[in-house]
Amino acid sequence: MISRLFNTRDTHFRFNGGIHLDDHKAESTGQPSAELSLSGQYTLPLRQHIGAPAQALVSVGDNVLKGQLIARPGAAPSAALHAPTSGRIVAIDARPVPHPSGLSDQCIVLEADGEDRATDYSPVGEDWPSRSREELLAALQDSGIVGLGGAVFPTATKLGSAREWEVTTLIINGAECEPWITCDQTLMQENAAEIVRGIGIALHLSGATECLVGIEDNKPAAISAMSKAAKASSYPITVVSVPTLYPTGGERQLIKVLTDKEVPAGKLPSNIGMLVMNVGTVYALERFISTGEPLITRMVTVTGDGVRAPQNFRARIGTPLADLIQAAGGYTASANRLTLGGPMMGYALPDDTLPLVKAGNCLLVTSPAVLPEKPAALPCIRCGACAQACPAGLLPQQLYWYSRARNHEALEKFAINSCIECGCCDYVCPSHIPLVHYFRFSKTDIRSAAEESRKADIARQRHDARQARLDRIAAEKAAKLAAKKAALAKKNAAAGDDKKDAIAQALERAKARKAELNKDDKQAGSSAETGGN
Amino acid sequence: MQFATRVSPHTVGPASVNAVMRHVLVALLPGTLLYGLLFNAGVWLNILLAVVSAVAFEALILRLRGRPVGPAIGDLSAVLTAWLFALALPPLVPWWVIVTGVFFSIVIAKQLYGGLGFNPFNPAMVGYVVVLISFPRQLTAWSVPRSLESPQAPSLSQLWQTLWGQLPVDAFTHATPLGAVKTALTRNATLSEIFSGADGIGGWLGGHSWELLALTWLAGGIWLIRKGLIAWHIPAAFLGTLFSFALFFYLIDSDHFLNPLFHLFSGAAMLGAFFILTDPVTAPASPRGKLLFGAGAGVLVYVIRTWGGYPDAVAFAVLLMNLCAPAIDYFYRPPVFGERHG
Ligand code: SF4
Ligand code: SF4
Repeated sequence: MISRLFNTRDTHFRFNGGIHLDDHKAESTGQPSAELSLSGQYTLPLRQHIGAPAQALVSVGDNVLKGQLIARPGAAPSAALHAPTSGRIVAIDARPVPHPSGLSDQCIVLEADGEDRATDYSPVGEDWPSRSREELLAALQDSGIVGLGGAVFPTATKLGSAREWEVTTLIINGAECEPWITCDQTLMQENAAEIVRGIGIALHLSGATECLVGIEDNKPAAISAMSKAAKASSYPITVVSVPTLYPTGGERQLIKVLTDKEVPAGKLPSNIGMLVMNVGTVYALERFISTGEPLITRMVTVTGDGVRAPQNFRARIGTPLADLIQAAGGYTASANRLTLGGPMMGYALPDDTLPLVKAGNCLLVTSPAVLPEKPAALPCIRCGACAQACPAGLLPQQLYWYSRARNHEALEKFAINSCIECGCCDYVCPSHIPLVHYFRFSKTDIRSAAEESRKADIARQRHDARQARLDRIAAEKAAKLAAKKAALAKKNAAAGDDKKDAIAQALERAKARKAELNKDDKQAGSSAETGGN
Repeated sequence: MQFATRVSPHTVGPASVNAVMRHVLVALLPGTLLYGLLFNAGVWLNILLAVVSAVAFEALILRLRGRPVGPAIGDLSAVLTAWLFALALPPLVPWWVIVTGVFFSIVIAKQLYGGLGFNPFNPAMVGYVVVLISFPRQLTAWSVPRSLESPQAPSLSQLWQTLWGQLPVDAFTHATPLGAVKTALTRNATLSEIFSGADGIGGWLGGHSWELLALTWLAGGIWLIRKGLIAWHIPAAFLGTLFSFALFFYLIDSDHFLNPLFHLFSGAAMLGAFFILTDPVTAPASPRGKLLFGAGAGVLVYVIRTWGGYPDAVAFAVLLMNLCAPAIDYFYRPPVFGERHG
């Protein structure tokens, strides 16, 4: 299958479902990306990745340099955190962070000194191919790099496990299927050579023997830049132009489109020898290996009809979102919603004081013309449009029914856990039912029910264990008592025997004595008899 | 700056229930026009009366249930139900037949079960079966197609009078082709005798005039499939099964079993296949479930038409299969992504 694809450029397969959306890519790609100027203050949440939070290495009042490690990874999987510029740590406390839940989390707050002095980087440099995998992976531990496509899984951990899984194919996700977002596209157009070098490093680290780069065909400039760079390199890279169809950028969907393989439900790509990385991630990898600079900047799209001058920015992690909006010309009068990510899977932000995090690929500012209010939901007419659109092959209308009934058994039977929350069903639903919202709720509901029952199990086990212990103690006591009784009985019995013995012996003795006496008498008699001689 | 937050996805798609129903109504339009032209304008009067009474009943019940009336009327589902119910009726029926049927469709079969989306049975067919059983005489007497030598074609004022029950319906009616065949067969006539008879009930595909109507429903249905508003599975399975059964028996004895095309192009087979069985609320969700559902209805229609007490059977078949739909849905779950092949 793979070999068939090799060196071809637009052979592709298809997945069922998916939807066509207006891509709105032109708005933010009219000009090249710009470097965002320094902000006054940076807020750096300790948890910007999947896994344990990073552990702060600095204290309030410390002066730090750009690129300096300010928090080391917690228990794996975790990722490090670095100062985006030079300055002073002014606070380490809980602050609001961009998160769907709207919760606060522990953050390091850095006040920039405006000098932007960097720490001394010690890059691996050009000779990375001659370095061992272990050495490079160890270095990567402190790179702060995580999956920049949205999953934010620590890259060192991911690459570290690739050999165990015997990964053969590296998939680079440049699909960027969500409307409005253009950060990956811009990066591919502007930094194709670096991305290709990054792919080389990822191939080396993962042990994969080939690489497929999937890019949607609405980005011809990115496709041609990447193809050229790939051709100029010596790596086994095939750039594949794939049809524009949301959600082709979903990990499983992209693998299917590129290789015709389906990642088994409930399994990971690594189970079928695939490793998927985002273009931004391999770019960060290359930066780190070549220049030693950890992940302190990322490409971010600021777009929508709610900002005056949509554009892509190379912005430092921790930048206040308001500064990004400012750089994009500020709000238009009709801006009424702020979304982190795209219009399909992004989440709404309550305000622009939040910081840019590693996962922040796009800041979408919109007016009601672009993202109108959803009309009130009508009953499900079971039209099946949702099922036709679902790229996971689910029956959303059934899931909806069972979600309302909170029928967990049926929800699991109808594979709710295969739902990737892409929103296709929601988008096509003529009744405007917030299906994804129901499914998210049900997933959490099932998880917490499982947690409850796990806790109940533990409690039951504890109870059972305690009961068993008590029973054991009681049994032991009883046994001891029984043993004592038995011993006593034995003793008594033994005493009884003694008595009998004594009597017997006494009798014996008496008998013996009698016999003796008789004997004596006889003897006496005989002696008398003999004495008469 | 502060912003309102919403859950994703934030993009709102263009589809609406109103648009879905509107498209189905548009697909019904050519057939509805043709039906009136082929038979008489009673067809249109029936639809008008059914729609008006359906909307009135729906509004009344929603008011009684304390539900907003506007959106439910605006979704056009009551209009569609009434329309389909009226299409199932013979062109000449008195008004009380229509109002009774609509009452059972909208009030009993739909609203009492919880309204749109919650009804287990196809409301139009519930209404139809109720009037078929309650008023068998009026429901089996069909108008004679214009193209055939008809004893008297009803004038407009006569149509009006029949609607108000002031004129005996029988004056202008005949049995349907399926009905005529059934009656003749029970009198031990052979099919060749029946079709060579002078009353010319047979056309080149199905019943005379009925075949044209069936072709129009077919065209409307294909348009709906191409628009993505109905899936092909139910019509294909239904028509395919009906055809296969009919073919099997026809090959055994062509003098006593109707030919398969006659089955497809007479009676309510085409209307049922594309507009009634495909009512999504009362059909299974999965593609394979739909195939099973359609095939089941095909078998039932053939069996009831051939050996049952009624000349046509689409309504009964639909209701019986509606009964099975929830079970089909629960027990059959299609493979999800990643379950077919690794
Ligand atoms: S698209 Fe909406 S109305 Fe149609 S079946 Fe799915 S949930 Fe129901
Ligand atoms: S959100 Fe879930 S159920 Fe809906 S289309 Fe996407 S994967 Fe399917």
